[in-house]
Amino acid sequence: MGGGRAGQDLHLSAEQVRVSRLTRLLESEKALAAALLAPGVAILVLFIAYPFVMALWYSLTSIRVGEAGEFVGVANFTKAMNDSIFQQAFRNTVFYTFWATVFKLALGMWLALLLNRHFRLKRIVRASMLLPFIIPTVLSAFAWRWMFDPTFSVMNWGLYHAGMITDRLPFLSSGDWAMWCAVLVNTWRGMPFFAITLLAGLQTISPDLHEAAALDGANAWHRFWHVTWPLLLPVTLVVVVFSVIQTFSDFQLIYVLTGGGPANSTHLIATYAYQIGVGSGLLGEGAALSLFMFPVLFAVVWVQLRFLKRMDNA
Amino acid sequence: MKRRDLLKAGLAGILVARQAPVFAQANTVHILRWNDFVPAADKVLREVFAPEVQKALGIKLNVETINANDLPARATAAIQSGSGPDIILLLNNYPHLYASAGVDVSALAEEVSKAQGGIYAPAVRLNKVGGKWVSMPWSLVPALIAYRKSWFEEVGAKSFPKTWQEYQTVGKKLKAAKRPIGQTLGNTFGDAPTFTYPLLWSFGGQEVDAKGKVVLNSKATIESVKFMVQFWKDACDEGGLAWDDSNNNRSFLSGDISATLNGASIYVAALNGADKFKTEKGAPLHTDILHAPLPAGANGSHNYHTAHNHMVMKYSKNQKGAIEFLRWAHKKENLEKWLVVQKGYAVGTARSWEKHPMWNESGPVMAPFKVAAAGQSRLMGHGGEPNQKAAEAWNKFIVTVMYAQACSGKSTPEEAVKWAAGELGKIYT
Repeated sequence: MGGGRAGQDLHLSAEQVRVSRLTRLLESEKALAAALLAPGVAILVLFIAYPFVMALWYSLTSIRVGEAGEFVGVANFTKAMNDSIFQQAFRNTVFYTFWATVFKLALGMWLALLLNRHFRLKRIVRASMLLPFIIPTVLSAFAWRWMFDPTFSVMNWGLYHAGMITDRLPFLSSGDWAMWCAVLVNTWRGMPFFAITLLAGLQTISPDLHEAAALDGANAWHRFWHVTWPLLLPVTLVVVVFSVIQTFSDFQLIYVLTGGGPANSTHLIATYAYQIGVGSGLLGEGAALSLFMFPVLFAVVWVQLRFLKRMDNA
Repeated sequence: MKRRDLLKAGLAGILVARQAPVFAQANTVHILRWNDFVPAADKVLREVFAPEVQKALGIKLNVETINANDLPARATAAIQSGSGPDIILLLNNYPHLYASAGVDVSALAEEVSKAQGGIYAPAVRLNKVGGKWVSMPWSLVPALIAYRKSWFEEVGAKSFPKTWQEYQTVGKKLKAAKRPIGQTLGNTFGDAPTFTYPLLWSFGGQEVDAKGKVVLNSKATIESVKFMVQFWKDACDEGGLAWDDSNNNRSFLSGDISATLNGASIYVAALNGADKFKTEKGAPLHTDILHAPLPAGANGSHNYHTAHNHMVMKYSKNQKGAIEFLRWAHKKENLEKWLVVQKGYAVGTARSWEKHPMWNESGPVMAPFKVAAAGQSRLMGHGGEPNQKAAEAWNKFIVTVMYAQACSGKSTPEEAVKWAAGELGKIYT
């Protein structure tokens, strides 16, 4: 019996040792941080880094659907740069991103300032404003396509019957019109994201600052420009970064609304890369086309993050 | 056996076999097709073919249908991941793009061709790659012009115009009467290229020569673009630049256009919805519809009919079952059930189907569809082969965009042709 008890004591003490080791390990901040970060890093590696590296590899090969292909160096990139449809798609993407972001920022800010006031049914208005953002893009793009339909457009019908036009407006059948229509739909869809995020930012600004400025004789514009805007700038920059990334790599809206037409005048990098990579099975060339987005987005993020950091230090 | 032992044994089995367990896969055939423009045909697959093939061969048929424009994406994803449907519907010359992923179905194709009077030559060229059938031609969707008989007569056209010039003259009068011709020049898979390629050919233009050298930038091509610009302005609904494959169906059925190049789906819809679709005089719309081939240019009249082909995928675990299903489906007594409900929208790919009694019932309106497939001589990539390069040019809509650029005023006919020839040159290097 005595030997048994001695064995039990030994057993307990071994467990205690293990527990204390674990405790010690967890108490070490470095080890704990690594353990907590591990799942996140694993997900990033699996779902972001691995596909990215694969895309990079594909872009350097002549891989096409069902065939492994060979290493071709930068041939796919050279072909893309000489491809006039790609050049147009690149210009379109820059145009689309710039104007959609400008409109989303201006209108989103305006909406956020309005929603920051007190009025009746404020909560309902705030919630309903999110609708364009909540509806799946494919569905809303289809609805817009119907509204812009060359023959049955409700807008043409309305304007015609109101006596404002005599001929149908070429919403999607003229290249320039179609691009502006795409910018409009993107603005409509993305504006609530700006508004709600800026609204959250606005609510962190103490009313005391406004009151103090008002007592000093500042009018509404001065209060916005000298109080609200500087305090809202960090939030604004973050929202703009997100928006630029999403708009620059937009696919669904154009794919549904115009398919890149008419005469390729609304093709974006993403829709064209899809057409080449998936539609024509040229996976290597498609990967190279889509990778052209990377340096541009990287530069945008880098510049804006540096700006934010400088503001933090200041 | 304990639960844990069972799990261990199962896991060991999976690891040894290097594949996921097969649940009731024994004889299931998964076929991926488009959402048919004639919905009754999909119903035949699900409600007639599925139970009958189960009874005849013990095959459980799983029919999945998606938007035609999304088929290439699904095929690419399935081939790259090595799993997906056992059979995939591939349009036009896609069998050339996916040739390495298809099972050799030469025995079946030769068998069907022999039994049914010979498969049409264009269908052979689209499905045979390197002397081997990589897919099985299933049907053709002829593209012909559907037009309003009474409206054409009202502007003095007793029969359908035989040449492009005549068509333009008639179309000008129709457009003046707010009844324009409808034609898409958008980036869409069917009605756009099936119009622009034959237009190019009928003026004598072509993408490449027999050796694959790009010869698009020619006097004939420029003439065809110049004609199209004037035709567009004089006779067409200019909204067509933004149309997809379904806009002309809606515009025709609602009485907004007088003629359009299409499959027979407009007529079939008007026939099935006789109470809904009426002429301005109250008669059923289908009684005022006739069909005609595209007019002729200096180089004759040409047409392109959309080919529908089935590829048995190499990654399939049930290749044998998939081929057996196709062999069963291509038997005259089975295929006719599907073709009859098509009412001529889709036609068989072998000559004997021209003699089927269904054509006696459909009368003169559908008569042009009966012989359409036999009259087709050219394919994309003419005068070379309908190969991967031709498919790339087709998918980039280069020929269609050439016309669209000039019609939208974005460039002159000469500039548009030069641009298109340059783009083709980058593909055919």
